Amino acid sequence: MTARLIPAACDATGRREQPLRITVNGEPLDGIAGQSIAGVLLAAGRPSWRTGPSGAQRGLFCGIGACFDCLVTINGDRDVRACLRRAHDGDTVHTQRRDGAHHSGDQDASTVPRDSDSPDGSVL
Amino acid sequence: MTGRQVAVVGAGPAGLAAARAALGAGAEVTLIDAARQLGGQYHRTPPEEYAASRPEALQHGWPAFAKLRRELLGHPRCAWWPETSVWALERRDPGQQGPPRVHLLRGPADGSHRVRQILEPDALVLACGAHDRVLPFPGWELPGVFTAGAAQTLAKGERLMVGEQVVVAGSGPFLLPVAASLVEAGSRVLAVLEANPAAVLARGWSRKPWQLAAQLGKAGELIDFTGQLVRGRVPFRTGRTVIEARGAGRVEEVVTARLRPDWSVVRGSERTLAVDAVCVSHGFSPQLELPVAAGCALRGTPGAQFVQTDARQRTTADGVWAAGEITGIAGAPAARAEGAVAGWYAGGGSPAARALPALRRSRDQGRDFAARLARAHPIGAAWPGWLGPRTLVCRCEETDYATLCRAVQEQPGAAARTAKLATRAGLGPCQARVCGPTVTELAARLRGAAPDAVPADGLPAAGPHHRPFAQPIRLGELARPPEPPDAAPEHHGA
Repeated sequence: MTARLIPAACDATGRREQPLRITVNGEPLDGIAGQSIAGVLLAAGRPSWRTGPSGAQRGLFCGIGACFDCLVTINGDRDVRACLRRAHDGDTVHTQRRDGAHHSGDQDASTVPRDSDSPDGSVL
Repeated sequence: MTGRQVAVVGAGPAGLAAARAALGAGAEVTLIDAARQLGGQYHRTPPEEYAASRPEALQHGWPAFAKLRRELLGHPRCAWWPETSVWALERRDPGQQGPPRVHLLRGPADGSHRVRQILEPDALVLACGAHDRVLPFPGWELPGVFTAGAAQTLAKGERLMVGEQVVVAGSGPFLLPVAASLVEAGSRVLAVLEANPAAVLARGWSRKPWQLAAQLGKAGELIDFTGQLVRGRVPFRTGRTVIEARGAGRVEEVVTARLRPDWSVVRGSERTLAVDAVCVSHGFSPQLELPVAAGCALRGTPGAQFVQTDARQRTTADGVWAAGEITGIAGAPAARAEGAVAGWYAGGGSPAARALPALRRSRDQGRDFAARLARAHPIGAAWPGWLGPRTLVCRCEETDYATLCRAVQEQPGAAARTAKLATRAGLGPCQARVCGPTVTELAARLRGAAPDAVPADGLPAAGPHHRPFAQPIRLGELARPPEPPDAAPEHHGA
C-alpha cells in the first residue's frame, strides 16, 4: 500500500467531497476539488511521475514549490509544479522527463522539448 | 492614517502580524502570498473546496488565527493577494531612496496566463519563511522519500496520508508535530529518529530553563505532540538516523544506524525497516532570494545565513524590513513578534508606542529560544560519512558525491562557480534551493578551506541565494506589458 486520501467519513475536519476528473498521459484519474495535481496523483497510487536525467523515477519531495522535482505539463504549459497547482476538472496532464528520451505512449512527446534547456526557453 | 503603502510578502505568522501592525499604524497594506490561503506553512488549512466544518481540529491556536484572518480579510485598508508570486525585485537607481519595485505574477502556480503587475510601495516587509533542509543520503531521491514539511503539508492541507508504514528522521523539534500529523492521518509511524544523542538535546534544552517558560505556547505544543505520540505508541529514538533508502523505483526499506555525537555512523548498528514512506528534516533553509534581490545584507556563515536586521527589524536596504524565519529559525511566536515590530515601523508607527517594549521582549525571548534550538539540534560535522561515491548531492542534475570530490580536488584553488560549472551541481530547475547549502559545505571541506575563503580564480563567488528570477516566469508573460496595479487577475479564485 501507499499514499491515500483520508476517507471523508472519518476525517476530523468534517470535509465534503466534490469529485473531479483529470487525464494523465491520456488516462483518466479521479480526484476531489481542492486537491493539488500532485495530491491527485499520489492519492491515485502513483508515487512517481517524472524522470531525472538518468531516467530514474521522481515524485514529490518538498511539497511547497522549492525542489522542482514534481514538474508536469498541464493543459500545454510545461514545467508546472504539481505540488502548487490546484487540480481543476478536465485538466490535461502530461508527465515530463529529463533524459532526452520520449514518453512512451504519449502522442505529444515528439513535440515536447526537454525541461530546463528547452529551445523555446518556455520557463526562465 | 499615515497613508503609507506597505507591501508584505508572505502570509505566514510573521507576515500576518506585520500586516496587522502596519494597519494599526494607519498604513494601506497589500498582503501577498503564493498560496491560495492565508496562514503560510504553519497555519496550513484544508482548501475551501473541502468545506471543512471543523478546520480547527488540526490547528494549534485556531481561535487567534481565525480572528486575525477575519480582521485582515475584512479590513478596508488591507488588500489580500493570493496566488501571487514575486518574480523580481527591481532596486532603485543609485541615489534614489525607497524600497525596490515589486514585480508580481498573479494567477495559478506556473500558469501561462498570469497577470503581471508592479507595486511601488513606500515600505516593503519581507516575511518569506523557510523550507526544510535535508542532508543527502544514499537513495534520498527515491519516490516515497519526502521532506518532513511535505508530509505535514499533505496531511493538513490536503488530508492525504503519505504512507502506511513511515519513518520520520533528522533533527529538530519539528519532527514531533510531523509525526503527530502522520499518526492523525492514519499512518503507522515506526519510529521518530532524532540524530542528536540525548546528552546533546538535554544540554541544549535544559540550560536556562526559565527561558522556556517564556515560550510556553511552544512548550505546550510539544507536550501535546508528545502526548499524541505516546497514545499512538510511536517510539522516539535519539542518536539514530536513516543512512540509506532502498527500493526499485520507490522506497521499500530504510537502513537506520546509531550515530556518535558528531554524527559518525557506528558500524554494526545498522537495522533495516520495511517502509513505504520516509519523512526527513535536518532543520530549515531560509528563503533568501528576495532579501538578496532587495540588497539586504546577510549575517552568519555560508550555508547558515540569515537577513541582518536592527532592533526595529529594518534591513540594510532602504525601506525594506524583514521578519520571521529569514532572520533566524525561531518558530511562530518569535516570527509574530518580529512581524509586529516590522509592520509597525514599516507602516510609519511611532517609536514611542506602548505595545513596542512587550513585543521586543517577546521577540528577544524567541531569539533565545532559537539559540537554544541551535544548541540542542546541531548538524554533526561527520555526517558526510554516510555518503557513498554514487550518492546524489544535487537532485536536479544528479551530480554524485564522487563527481563533486573530483571537481574540487582537480582544481583545489577554484571557486564554487568553477565546481558548479564542472559538475552542474546547483544549475538545475531548483536553482540550488535544495543542494546549495550542502554543496557549499562539502566543497569547502574538500578544499580544506573555510567556506567563505576568497576564491583563487578571481571571480567573486556567486552567492547561493542570488537568483535574478526569484520565481519562474514564462517568456510570453515577460513579453506582455504589466497591468495597472488595480487590475484583477484573470484567474483570481478560479
